[in-house]
Amino acid sequence: MSDVTSPGLTVLDRPNSYIGRSIPRPNLQRLTEGRGQFVSDLNLPRMVHVAFVRSPYAHARILGIDTSAAKAAPGVVAVVTGKELAEVMTPWVGVLSHLKGLKSAPQHAIAVDRACWQGEAVAAVVARTRAEAEDAAELVAVEYEELEPIVDPEAALAPGAKVIHPELGDNLAFERVLDAGEVDKAFAEADEVVDVTFEFGRHTGVTLEPRAIVADWNPSEQRMTVYQGTQAPHMMQNIIAKHLGLQESQVRVICKDVGGSFGIKVHVYADEMAAVALSKMLKRPVKFVADRLESFVTDIHARDHKIKAKVAVKKDGTITAFEIDDITGIGPYSMYPRTSGIEANQVVNLVGGPYKTPNYRARARVVFQNKNVMCQYRGVGHPIACAVTEGLVDLAAQAIGMDPFEIRRRNVIPDDAYPCSSASGLKFEALSHQASLDKLYEMTNYEALRQEQAELRKRGIYRGIGLAAFIEVTNPSAAFYGVGGARISSQDGAAVRLDAQGSLICHVSVTEQGQGTEAVIAQVLATSFGVPIDRVRVITGDTDATPYGGGTWASRAAGIGGEAALQAGKALRENVLKVAGTILQAQPQSLDIRDGIIVDADTGRERISLDEVARIAYFRPDTLPHDFQPELMVVRHYVPKKYPFAFTNGINACWLEVDVETGFIKLLKYWIVEDCGTIINPQLVDEQIRGGVVQGLGPALTEHCVYDDRGRLLNGSMMSYLVPMAGEMPDIEVGHVVSPTAESELGAKGAGEAGTAGAAAAVVNAVNDALSPFGVRITKIPIAPEVVLRALGRI
Amino acid sequence: MKSVPISLTVNGEVVEALVPPRQHLADFLRETLGLTGTHIGCEQGVCGACSVRLNGEVVRGCLVLAVQADGSRVDTIEGVSDAGELTHLQRAFENRNALQCGYCTPGMLLTAAELLKLNSRPSREEIREFISGNYCRCTGYHAIVDAIEAAAQASGGDVS
Repeated sequence: MSDVTSPGLTVLDRPNSYIGRSIPRPNLQRLTEGRGQFVSDLNLPRMVHVAFVRSPYAHARILGIDTSAAKAAPGVVAVVTGKELAEVMTPWVGVLSHLKGLKSAPQHAIAVDRACWQGEAVAAVVARTRAEAEDAAELVAVEYEELEPIVDPEAALAPGAKVIHPELGDNLAFERVLDAGEVDKAFAEADEVVDVTFEFGRHTGVTLEPRAIVADWNPSEQRMTVYQGTQAPHMMQNIIAKHLGLQESQVRVICKDVGGSFGIKVHVYADEMAAVALSKMLKRPVKFVADRLESFVTDIHARDHKIKAKVAVKKDGTITAFEIDDITGIGPYSMYPRTSGIEANQVVNLVGGPYKTPNYRARARVVFQNKNVMCQYRGVGHPIACAVTEGLVDLAAQAIGMDPFEIRRRNVIPDDAYPCSSASGLKFEALSHQASLDKLYEMTNYEALRQEQAELRKRGIYRGIGLAAFIEVTNPSAAFYGVGGARISSQDGAAVRLDAQGSLICHVSVTEQGQGTEAVIAQVLATSFGVPIDRVRVITGDTDATPYGGGTWASRAAGIGGEAALQAGKALRENVLKVAGTILQAQPQSLDIRDGIIVDADTGRERISLDEVARIAYFRPDTLPHDFQPELMVVRHYVPKKYPFAFTNGINACWLEVDVETGFIKLLKYWIVEDCGTIINPQLVDEQIRGGVVQGLGPALTEHCVYDDRGRLLNGSMMSYLVPMAGEMPDIEVGHVVSPTAESELGAKGAGEAGTAGAAAAVVNAVNDALSPFGVRITKIPIAPEVVLRALGRI
Repeated sequence: MKSVPISLTVNGEVVEALVPPRQHLADFLRETLGLTGTHIGCEQGVCGACSVRLNGEVVRGCLVLAVQADGSRVDTIEGVSDAGELTHLQRAFENRNALQCGYCTPGMLLTAAELLKLNSRPSREEIREFISGNYCRCTGYHAIVDAIEAAAQASGGDVS
């Protein structure tokens, strides 16, 4: 048996290690048996429900609100306008100082004198039941003066365009330009130059449990307890306290089961803040659960980019330059506190990311408009950057007559080139593009696919294969938000104690959104401390109980929270061995904990059980030396410092068939190779990737928030907004390459968004591959049947 | 609007209640009876999160009014779990990580059980087709298909 203290062995090599094993998640049975505790399930004494009166106009002045009929309706407790609520809660502005020049206007929990998007709340009705609140909301008479909506981002920047927030001067929220290498020279010297415009529709998260919050202000304790489906409890604690004029110690945020997050539930929503303010105002619990229509018009939307792009390539396949010009519409406010500038900023950072191309020019403009707010959703900028980059790479390949695999082989950053930087300045520690390409080539049986494609084409069946290499931002340091002034923690902590029967209880600040945080923390802790995993209990989601931390976003929970847990487990093991050494009169270094038993480190001989050590420490400390105090609880924190982000990489392949008569696309098979460093739980990683892929496939084919030219959403229901169904989705084969990060002992990077990053790109490339005999090219998503038929000139 | 008296059997227990005529079954189960394992996702019959059994058949709890369930037998995830009817499927879902947030899971399990009752050895395509009325936003479905396939195989065709 190996000695964990031996040089050359890491904590990952410990006996009975759970690292790399597909342990089922400990919390699943309550979910399969209907015993979950979602916020929408919660019922508190004296609780009342809020429904909102929402603007039917994308842009309108509120001339007057008559609440008298609503106030007299059955069950109504209060009807509150934005002006009244503003006396309880201050407005916010979503800017970050490191996104230089980013501007936005103050946003109130409820609109005060003007509604800036269709669906913005203009009054709140609180009643005994949600149904009564909705009834009364229909009786609130709002007098509007409809204003000219600014809908199209390009028109919003045109000279003479009306300005949504006149005090800001124009509708340009943020602009970033980047110019690296010698772009003009590269284009001038290229053998082929291809330019093209990509369009990305708006889509949204459609968490199956809509956003939900119960706020409970206790005036006797002067404490606000908020039960919320959120990804960032401590961030919410800070923000709720700040805008109610409270100390953070007066606010407790509790997050139990969350019915889907995906980045939707990491933001500050006006209606949720209104529910919190209403609880303070009414001195009783207030519940808000968005219905599906409210979700569609108020959950953040994603993407909405139009990008002019250009690539330069040499005949030998060398890609010598990329150039992009991105314009994106973000709604009337930059979201708070993460801002709506991050996505475009990411697009600029990430285009060209997998490749050694040194010449790169980019501009991104982020524009206000009278549509629902747009902000960070799973993948944040990656699907855009990837679809643009990989679309350009395929165009370059086509221009010089090279196979898509071959051109990627010739241009990816070689696996032995690390550490290195991208043209946009991203720092890469260790990536594996070459190994990933090779693995994907084998997994897809690429040559056989090409043969099959050629055979079928003769029979009028058009199948295509699309590739998409990507890099993914994970494990962010303070460089993401903290340096810009946002109070969003990039460090996380784990507090671990030995209970009186020798089990571990861990409070950890990263949160469980269903991705398996509780499982991976337990696996890491069981391994680094040395107990069977069923003796580890992990508790998340309570700002009164857990260490301070950031939560779950940007693929960070396993890599950052996992390392904190690993270090906490090691430290507690040392402390426990000190107690055991005292009891056994042995050197602590000569002992180890394996499978819940204190053993001799060199022979594995059993010496004393953990519960006996705990019993003595807790109940018979009188038998220990007077100058020795057992410390059976430890806290450890972790934050990456050396690299701003731990980049991961991977490559997708999509195999599909296009029906050129109907325009329908049938996904046949999907493969992805991904490298997230140390794999703590292979099954959970694979399922993160598969789920992420489908969240990228949806927007590629069907998911689309369709607006009219007055800024009104036309498809705010699950009947007309098409979420992927099981029958439409393919099996997804996942392969891995493992390049651990050396920043942490655990070596784990994130995997939560990898699948989403390249899925749309792979679909677009596959569709164009399928349609190549027709000489047409599609560069917009979603690729609805109509898009295909128009491209083919059939309608 | 005046409430209406109804009497029904929920998870084997007789329930008598006064319900508003407009209240749907899912709201009645959740709000009046506290059976929160039945979830609400869209309230227009698309997503399947509110699936329950009405007289033995899986229906959308949001498309049935509580008054329509008068005299009926309703079984929810809590009831069929306690009765042990879904155990093989539940363990298969847990072992295969065929759920992430778990919000769609009660409805998905009831639908899967109905499929296996009708077809004890469904193909992957048949599974995908049958569960297409139950949306899952987390898994991408692959693991769910695997789990249902595994449950069907483990039961050797006997899924009762």
